[in-house]
Amino acid sequence: MKKLINKPEDVVKEELEGMAAAHADLIRVESVEGGQFIVVRRNAPVQGKVGVISGGGSGHEPMHGGFVGVGMLDAACPGAVFTSPVPDQMNAATHAVNGGAGVLHIVKNYTGDVLNFEMAAELAAADGIEVESVVTNDDVAVQDSLYTAGRRGVGATVLLEKIVGGLAETHAPLAQVAALARKVNDHGRSMGMALTSCTVPAAGKPTFDLGEDEMEIGIGIHGEPGRRRVKLAEADEITEMLATPVIEDLGLKAGDQVLAFVNGMGGTPLIELYVVYNALHRILKGKNISIARNLIGSYITSLEMAGCSITLVRLDDELTRYWDAPVHTPGLRWGM
Amino acid sequence: MTNEDMLRWLTQVADVLHERRNYLTQLDSAIGDADHGINMDRGFTAVREKFGAMASMDIAGQLKTVGTTLVSTVGGASGPLYGTAFLRASATTAGKEALTSADIVAMLGAFVEGIVSRGKAQPGEKTMIDALTPALAAAREALDNGGGLQEITRRAADAAEEGMKATIPLLAKKGRASYLGERSIGHQDPGSTSSAYMLRCLAETCQGMN
Repeated sequence: MKKLINKPEDVVKEELEGMAAAHADLIRVESVEGGQFIVVRRNAPVQGKVGVISGGGSGHEPMHGGFVGVGMLDAACPGAVFTSPVPDQMNAATHAVNGGAGVLHIVKNYTGDVLNFEMAAELAAADGIEVESVVTNDDVAVQDSLYTAGRRGVGATVLLEKIVGGLAETHAPLAQVAALARKVNDHGRSMGMALTSCTVPAAGKPTFDLGEDEMEIGIGIHGEPGRRRVKLAEADEITEMLATPVIEDLGLKAGDQVLAFVNGMGGTPLIELYVVYNALHRILKGKNISIARNLIGSYITSLEMAGCSITLVRLDDELTRYWDAPVHTPGLRWGM
Repeated sequence: MTNEDMLRWLTQVADVLHERRNYLTQLDSAIGDADHGINMDRGFTAVREKFGAMASMDIAGQLKTVGTTLVSTVGGASGPLYGTAFLRASATTAGKEALTSADIVAMLGAFVEGIVSRGKAQPGEKTMIDALTPALAAAREALDNGGGLQEITRRAADAAEEGMKATIPLLAKKGRASYLGERSIGHQDPGSTSSAYMLRCLAETCQGMN
């Protein structure tokens, strides 16, 4: 494998040290007993503000550590690559961001994330901190949720973190912040695809093999195989394959306004993401759905996987207002 | 089974999970995200570092240490699942200097119950429960038939291995493998494999006892 790393077992630690050095104006990296770390907003806890935390495996950068700062997350808990973080991290993060107004846990719907965050919330409750948890499950690729672990939390998680972070910055109460989070999740849907797999540093080889003329539809973000493998198609057709189920599942209709997020999985260049956005724009225009806001780039990735995901969030005034609110984090910045 | 035997068992488990880490990771690549072997090895390497302190603990203390260490280091779903299993197992052994056959079966029962209550899986969903539930049933049956420690743990290990292999044709309904739908069929579940290893190590430890 060819990676810009030193020893595989040191990747996460060295990455976090690099982030701490690069963004000392925004974040601090704290170590947690047991050899783990958390990324915390530099001036946390902010008194009277709901603390917003999330976490997940490393390997999805900038999510979540790159979204810590002003107007988005107050802390992020990075696990080993593609591995859920441990309760000690979320417990430490909860304490670190507790400004006396409670803490919101944003949990992507993966069994590991859910179980570890659950255990952490139990610990925090025992310490008397009020915690609300919101689970994101925007992935439409997983069809039958009765017989599966349920829909995964993917692209909408990024948009949710921004919108909720915007509201939290106004010192709104915990119940309102949690309600907005659930609203974004209810109005957001995603679907992703891969042109290549990716290589977990400690594993040393790609998680799965894709032929030169194959692509994987309905992927998650941990390098796991997707729902089905089909013959490679061109970008317009791929965009159709991703956008159609999202539009249908959301029940989008003529006159609706959306936030359109074309996300790169890490190994796909911006030139290709814009080709996809062009196709998406045309598809939505054809249905009289207007793109009021957009985000194009690699924000929730799977190491060096080539591929993309499309997320659509149905917008209203409230969601638009908090999407537009100023944000300053390593991964996203506008308005300040 | 004494606290010395317990440590011998856990040492074997740590060794086996280290040796087989690539194989477990490979199983987890087919229907997961290629980290089960890496995670379990990390967890039990951390447990190994506490063997010195654990030598002077009673069995309950040892099992509790394993449980909290796994929760704090493994991550993923396996951390909370195995961590809770060891913590519940610890609770059943409170105050005991040595474990009788009946105690071991009770410990195994609490271990499995911990995983079921945390993860809410049922048999047939292609998880570690598919190795552990038959193992527990076999252990209870062996105990009822008057079997000793060696007989009970051997039957549990055999049943676990059969259960592990029986996950191959199953459709995954829990965890990451469930996203693959029918593509999960034809692959052995990694969690049931690590569980089967733990039980085989237990059987071998008891074999080596007087």
